[in-house]
Amino acid sequence: MIIARREAWTGRLFLVLLMVVTVVPFVSLFVTALHPSGTYPAGLEWPSQPRWSNFATAFEAAHMGELLTSSVLIVLGVVPVSLLIATMAGFAVGHLRMAGRRLVFLLFVLGLTLPFEGIITPLYYQIRDMGLLNTRWAIILPLIGLFMPFGVFWMRAHFVSVPGEISEAAEIDGANTWQRFWRVHVPLATPAISSLAILLFLWTWNQFLLAIVLVDDPAKRTMAGALGAFQGQWGTDIPLLCAGSLLVLAPTLVIFLIFQRRFVAALLQGSLKG
Amino acid sequence: MPVGRTTLDPAVELAGSQPERVRATRRVRRRDQWWTAWLFVAPAVVAYAVFVLLPLARTVQYSFYEWDGIGASPWVGFDNYGRVFTDPELSGTILNAVKLIVFFSGIPVLLGLAIASTIRRIATSRLAVAARVVLFVPQVIPLVAAGIAWSWLLSSTGLVNQLLSAIGLDGVTRAWLGDFATALPAVGVIGAWVLLGLCTLLLLAGMSKIDPALYEAARIDGAGPFREFFSITVPSLRQEIGVCVTVTVIAALASFDIIYIVTQGGPGNTTMVPGLEIYYQAFVQRQVGVASALAVVLVVLVLGCVLPIQRLTREESS
Repeated sequence: MIIARREAWTGRLFLVLLMVVTVVPFVSLFVTALHPSGTYPAGLEWPSQPRWSNFATAFEAAHMGELLTSSVLIVLGVVPVSLLIATMAGFAVGHLRMAGRRLVFLLFVLGLTLPFEGIITPLYYQIRDMGLLNTRWAIILPLIGLFMPFGVFWMRAHFVSVPGEISEAAEIDGANTWQRFWRVHVPLATPAISSLAILLFLWTWNQFLLAIVLVDDPAKRTMAGALGAFQGQWGTDIPLLCAGSLLVLAPTLVIFLIFQRRFVAALLQGSLKG
Repeated sequence: MPVGRTTLDPAVELAGSQPERVRATRRVRRRDQWWTAWLFVAPAVVAYAVFVLLPLARTVQYSFYEWDGIGASPWVGFDNYGRVFTDPELSGTILNAVKLIVFFSGIPVLLGLAIASTIRRIATSRLAVAARVVLFVPQVIPLVAAGIAWSWLLSSTGLVNQLLSAIGLDGVTRAWLGDFATALPAVGVIGAWVLLGLCTLLLLAGMSKIDPALYEAARIDGAGPFREFFSITVPSLRQEIGVCVTVTVIAALASFDIIYIVTQGGPGNTTMVPGLEIYYQAFVQRQVGVASALAVVLVVLVLGCVLPIQRLTREESS
């Protein structure tokens, strides 16, 4: 018993230490953001007069309102479409047992490990030829394609585990394939789809490479891409940069804290499957 | 729906006796399924083909040409690949990426294992539930923001140096990201910070599936925490360890966001990685052929690292 209790205490100690290490960068950002703009505060030091107005200044300087709208538009362009077509494909590959499903699935699996840098150069010229450079479509369309390997993989894993009887029952009721998909299988797949939605939202919102390569105007980028531009512009004004970074990471953080259970589950499953 | 069926389909009505009718509809339905299934797959395949497979094929194609993005593009065979492996500026990036694996994979997996096995006993306590949320935060925020936070922590007046001075190590303080000797390890530490929480929680989730009776039996046989760890915990976690290694190795080899923000590849080329070099070659130097050759090498390198890991863990687990 004594041994077990001692182990429990070392466990707690480790856990607290790990949490501190995780949180420290954010505390440092926060404290630094409160210093007078243009100064170089030393380490963790609470300012004599916290400048809360820095957040407002950074909000203005980074055009945060526009950025939020832009990121939301991009997410709305990417996530629903990706969910729909990935679910349809997962359904066909995992449940309809069509001829050639192995080949199709293999094709998608091969894309799972593909680094975005591997295709970014031709993608730039392709998007240019399509006349989409510097529009939000330049981020939206490629992301839909890039999310397909994981999306199909994820949804297939769900549909493979659905018993065939469910479909047969609906078939006897005279439902065609689309009706069976839409009325029976999609409602049953809600947990899998919502986890996928969370992951795709995060990956879209935080997408950086596509944003900086394909869109010059920060106001049409994702949040993460805009922060890159903000750093270039205000990199020398540390407190303002810190305030801006906090503002940029705030939306994901807030959404994460609201849906934390779902997020943690989705991220754990997501990496286990991926 | 049954009502709808009785409002007669002439074909069904004419089909004669019951069994024949059933067979007929079934055959029709099966044929119907064959192409409807393809209709279901088509949108995903089209999106994937147009925005992933086509650019990937073009990457391979571009890698055999010399092209500045505008003018003529002469065929140069394998010259670009030759440059990737002989030009120290380019081959160095691959070496740096491999070194980053030590930090991105080594630290999170080993430390994660150690931490997870220490906190295994309190995995259901309230503290652990809170920790689960906190440890996930680095996974949720944009890497760019993590980069900005860390570049400030590691700066010459940052918290890291403040702490070092506080414990009397004034001598080692420096601008960690600006020093030729420490820039790459410093970048590695940032990556380790991002991935440590994820690995710990993945491993912890795996440990919760191990039968506690195994541990009790080991205790009765007089095994200490270390013996327990190596004889029970590690072998039972092969699959989870495999996942952690896969995810972190990809993160190391394909790193871009953090390095773009904190060092831009410098000082010199000490933190230049393939992802960033591809970006520079393609969009700053306008050496599309060289960028593409490096991209092909990167894709192959990632596959070459991930496939063996997958094979090892899959075989062991099945």
